[in-house]
Amino acid sequence: MSLTREDVTYVANLARLEFSEDEVTALADQLGAVLDYAETLSGLDTSKIKATEHVLAVQNVFREDEIKPCLTNEEALANAPESEAGCFKVPRVME
Amino acid sequence: MEYEIVIGMEIHIELGTKTKIFCSCPTEFGQDENTHTCPVCLGMPGVLPVLNEKVVEYATRAGLALNCEIAHFSKMDRKNYFYPDLPKAYQTSQFDLPICTGGVVGIEVDRVKKDIGITRIHIEEDAGKLLHESADGTLLDVNRCGVPLIEIVTEPDLRSAEEARAFAEKVRNILEYTGVSDCKMEQGSMRFDVNLSIREKGCEVLGTRTEMKNLNSFRALIRAVQYESKRQIIEIKKGHTIIQETRKWDDTKGSSSSLRSKEEAHDYRYFPEPDLVPIVLEPAYIEKIKSELPELPEAKKKRYIDEYKLPEYDAGVLTTTGVTARFFEEAVALYNEPKQISNWMMVEIPPLLKENELSMENISITPAQLVALLKLVKNNEISGNTGKEVLKEMFSTGKNPGDIVKEKGLAQMSDAGELEAIIEKIVSDNPKSVEDIGAGNDKAYGFLTGQVMKATKGKANAQVANEIIRAVVAKHLA
Repeated sequence: MSLTREDVTYVANLARLEFSEDEVTALADQLGAVLDYAETLSGLDTSKIKATEHVLAVQNVFREDEIKPCLTNEEALANAPESEAGCFKVPRVME
Repeated sequence: MEYEIVIGMEIHIELGTKTKIFCSCPTEFGQDENTHTCPVCLGMPGVLPVLNEKVVEYATRAGLALNCEIAHFSKMDRKNYFYPDLPKAYQTSQFDLPICTGGVVGIEVDRVKKDIGITRIHIEEDAGKLLHESADGTLLDVNRCGVPLIEIVTEPDLRSAEEARAFAEKVRNILEYTGVSDCKMEQGSMRFDVNLSIREKGCEVLGTRTEMKNLNSFRALIRAVQYESKRQIIEIKKGHTIIQETRKWDDTKGSSSSLRSKEEAHDYRYFPEPDLVPIVLEPAYIEKIKSELPELPEAKKKRYIDEYKLPEYDAGVLTTTGVTARFFEEAVALYNEPKQISNWMMVEIPPLLKENELSMENISITPAQLVALLKLVKNNEISGNTGKEVLKEMFSTGKNPGDIVKEKGLAQMSDAGELEAIIEKIVSDNPKSVEDIGAGNDKAYGFLTGQVMKATKGKANAQVANEIIRAVVAKHLA
């Protein structure tokens, strides 16, 4: 198995996900299998292939620097679970 | 044991584009909260960002002005982290292929010149603003989300607070000249992060560094570097190890405190931004932007020394900001007396700006008005001292110097006939002085000159008056 339980807990913490002990074991197995499968690519000779920097073959899609109408404050806050004083309100953040 | 401070800086600069980096919302500062937003900068699901062409142009211009290589191929990446000022939960930035690499900026501290290496410059979006005003939560203003930034990352080449300041000032001057940003620190258009470590002098290996984020003035930059270097040296002397961490600088308290252990770079789980396509810049595009670069401070300073024969000091002061240099150049174009203009701009104008709460950006006199005043002084129509008074009046009223001189009757009396009548009377009234002069006491001339100045309320042209006094006294003695 290429993925340890510690790896899973570490990544879960970065993604702010919480798992039970059993789930961590199961995920280590499942994610490990996915990684092992992807690992088969390492067996290929890529020395003559240009590195893929980006998956799209398109380049230079730009916008002109022109102002367009914005949402109103009410529209912007319409989906906010909580708002106050024209702002989105989130649980207190300690600096 | 002698210690050495090692500093690398990251400078964030908001670009002066009209719209945000990935959407068409305005970037204007100081608007009502959450009035400059759209689904893209609010991070709504399913929206597609499109890169602002001006951001690419400005970043290229900044890179060229800071002597960087401009990448033929660069791309955007996602930097993932959770913080409520970032609605998407990732910042769109550049990771392994930034738009500019390998620049250099020359600085000078205490007459020692030094080159500071620039590792890279990348483009990214600014985050929103958190307001800690609510009793039971934190408020978020999204207006700043998506304002375009460039981040300039230096090599660990700086060795003192003074060098850090000199470098930051140089970068600000250069970028202000190129017009890519107003670099207004009070509006957060320019912010500094400082990476600092200590090592024994002569040691090649870098010590463990701490990072201080979002220093937003030169003063904060200097004080934060001084405080943190002292703190680290004390820790090391005590035999403690420095912990790699982010520290928060409190400018009011004048101290820093630990914020969090610095997450390793791979914690951000950077990956190529699938919604934005790569940026490919052809040499012709880069050449065109290079050819359009304005004359930069260094070149301008050299030209002022060569062309206008100004001392190095004057040339340095006049080229510190683009607006000052433009004012000077407009004045010189009207009146080819660079040293006289320089003297007045360096000595007389700054205190008046301060007194009237103005800066060179919104100065209340024009170069043409200054030139008109200097011509009056040069042609002896008014004395230098009167000129200073007139300048003061010009600042507060915006009137032309000629009008002020006329209205207040400040014109110097150079008319020999007029002066002769006054002097004839003064000499006749003071026979004792004439006697003294006859006896060889030349000091009496000074007394007579003083009397003439008193009679003319200081408006007599001193040189003309002295000649006439000598002639009249000679006549009386004869």
